[in-house]
Amino acid sequence: MIKVMIGNHAVSYGVMLSRVQVIPAYPITPQTSIVEELSEFCADGHLNARFIKVESEHSAMACCIGASAAGARTFTATSSQGLALMHEMLHWATGARLPIVMANVNRALGPPWNIWNDQTDSLSQRDTGWLQFYCESNQEVLDTVIQSFKISEEVLLPTMLVLDAFFLSHTAEAVDVPDAQDVDRYLPRYQARYRLDVDNPHSFGNLATPEYYQGFRNKIQDDMIRARTVAKKADEDFESIFHRSYGFTEAYQCEGADLILVTSGTVVSTSRIVIDELRKEGRKVGLLKIRMFRPFPFDDVIGALKDAKKVAVLDRAISFGHSGIFAQEIMSAMYNQPSKPLIYSYITGLGGLDVTPRIITDIINDACERDIPPQESIWIGGKS
Amino acid sequence: MSSTMPMQEYISPGHMACPGCGAVLAMRYILNVLGEKTVVVIPASCWSVIDGVFPYSAVRVPLFHTAFETAASVASGIKAGLDIQGDTETTVLAFAGDGATFDIGFQALSGAAERNEDFIYVCYDNEAYMNTGVQRSSATPYGAWTTTTPVRHPKDRPKKRILEIMAAHEIPYAATASIAYPDDLSAKVKKAKGIYGTKFLHIFSPCPTGWKSKSSQIIKIARLAVHTKVFPLYEVENGFTFHINMEPKNIPVREYLKLQGRFAHLSEEDIADIQRQVDEEWEHLLKRALY
Repeated sequence: MIKVMIGNHAVSYGVMLSRVQVIPAYPITPQTSIVEELSEFCADGHLNARFIKVESEHSAMACCIGASAAGARTFTATSSQGLALMHEMLHWATGARLPIVMANVNRALGPPWNIWNDQTDSLSQRDTGWLQFYCESNQEVLDTVIQSFKISEEVLLPTMLVLDAFFLSHTAEAVDVPDAQDVDRYLPRYQARYRLDVDNPHSFGNLATPEYYQGFRNKIQDDMIRARTVAKKADEDFESIFHRSYGFTEAYQCEGADLILVTSGTVVSTSRIVIDELRKEGRKVGLLKIRMFRPFPFDDVIGALKDAKKVAVLDRAISFGHSGIFAQEIMSAMYNQPSKPLIYSYITGLGGLDVTPRIITDIINDACERDIPPQESIWIGGKS
Repeated sequence: MSSTMPMQEYISPGHMACPGCGAVLAMRYILNVLGEKTVVVIPASCWSVIDGVFPYSAVRVPLFHTAFETAASVASGIKAGLDIQGDTETTVLAFAGDGATFDIGFQALSGAAERNEDFIYVCYDNEAYMNTGVQRSSATPYGAWTTTTPVRHPKDRPKKRILEIMAAHEIPYAATASIAYPDDLSAKVKKAKGIYGTKFLHIFSPCPTGWKSKSSQIIKIARLAVHTKVFPLYEVENGFTFHINMEPKNIPVREYLKLQGRFAHLSEEDIADIQRQVDEEWEHLLKRALY
């Protein structure tokens, strides 16, 4: 069934179709309409779940951790400051091996106050052990919610799916809402492998000696690596039922491209148009969309970029004192390759700054004209 | 007097508490009453260690360790998670120290109480951050030494009146209890188990290590806390109905203070000042309470 809906409601529909059982939530702009819609679904009985109106994001994630440890399929959503407040518990969810799924609406962190799009919030959580998917469209948002549960419950690690503030969260698009029975076939009811069980009592998370502690961390990394295989299969199975798939990355016009632009989120859609225009002019340019950020899709990235002469990475975030965060990741992925492109880091689109076709074209032209990438990122747009 | 306490034990020997630890007795008495259909939540506290080192646990019911400020929110989640799977029978017990309750976890506790989440929250109160080495908390009493309130500048503010604060949330049941009076404690746990909603138990739990007292005297100290009116035993139903459960014998606070090295620096004036504060608080309680 095709419905016109905003990105936030695409999240809510994905959650309803996934038959989530517990939803602890706290409001923050621009995430609010996700949980408002879910509270409606719960109130009308469209979704048989406990909706817990907690008093903070920290408690939202703590509450998710409790519910998931009890064996329930669990979801929450947040943004920006809320995600930052959760930080401690993001690590806990991973260490406790709980398959919680969360939507994060990418929003800038203050100060100064700013409610618009920026990826610093989710990229700051890179090392918490959550899988991360950056979505480009409302359809991809809905589908990724469902896929996230499939993957998380297999590898016992939490997943964060990420959508752009306003450009997706509050923008209506036509979305093909999957049939509930098909989703049930794809994602059966959750049966936790490990849970708090009075008939089989265990202590979870108690003090571990260094040898055990490192062993547990090693298992997390092993399962993160395994998540690539699991996510690939989840995407293929999704395609066989719903006739849509996304991959970890998407290489667009990368064949024979001298310069490849790398980016994520809604900027990808604008970039496609720019690439089409430049290709019409005979320029050898391509585009690589990064959808899965953790685990990092090394093979896909290396495969797409290894033959290019130059790569321009457009980041909507900055690691102060270093460079764009996606740029760092791409550089590290390419470093040990025998043939590798020059990699340029561009920062733009912070705090909701509109990334126009003009800006994207400027970035591509700038990278083409510079012989050597500067050590520092190149800032495009904004007032000094 | 014969004990009415159930004798089934859920804590095994080999736990890692200090000798004379009140927090172990508190957990033991509570689990004796709650039984095997109980899930326990432990935030960062002495109990994070007492439970034992992986792969061992000293507790024979499911136990979930969590971050310092999250006992009430994790307990809310566990209850919801069990409930939606059809298990409405299991009791969820959050078991937190005074730091996790009065200080860092207070926001989450207040939120859960306002929502009237269906669990028992126990604060085992040893009146400082004992697991990290005896730093002051807002449960530390006036005049006490801790490692962050040295004797030249002991705690200069009264203990936070947590039970009244919790009662002000109009939760169905809030009560104080003491490890020195296990029958009273057990009766309160049993009562809490039978009530729907948030039940808060504030349990006086001496710490010989942090209080600089003898392990052999912790029960005596806990008894004196009740009978000097330092820690009266009372309960509050639905936020308004106060009931004092044990009439104190009106022993001077000096008798309580002198068994604990953490009060050794106090002058006669200091002790008189503490006696005055204790008497005032007792009068305050009497105005609200029924015997």
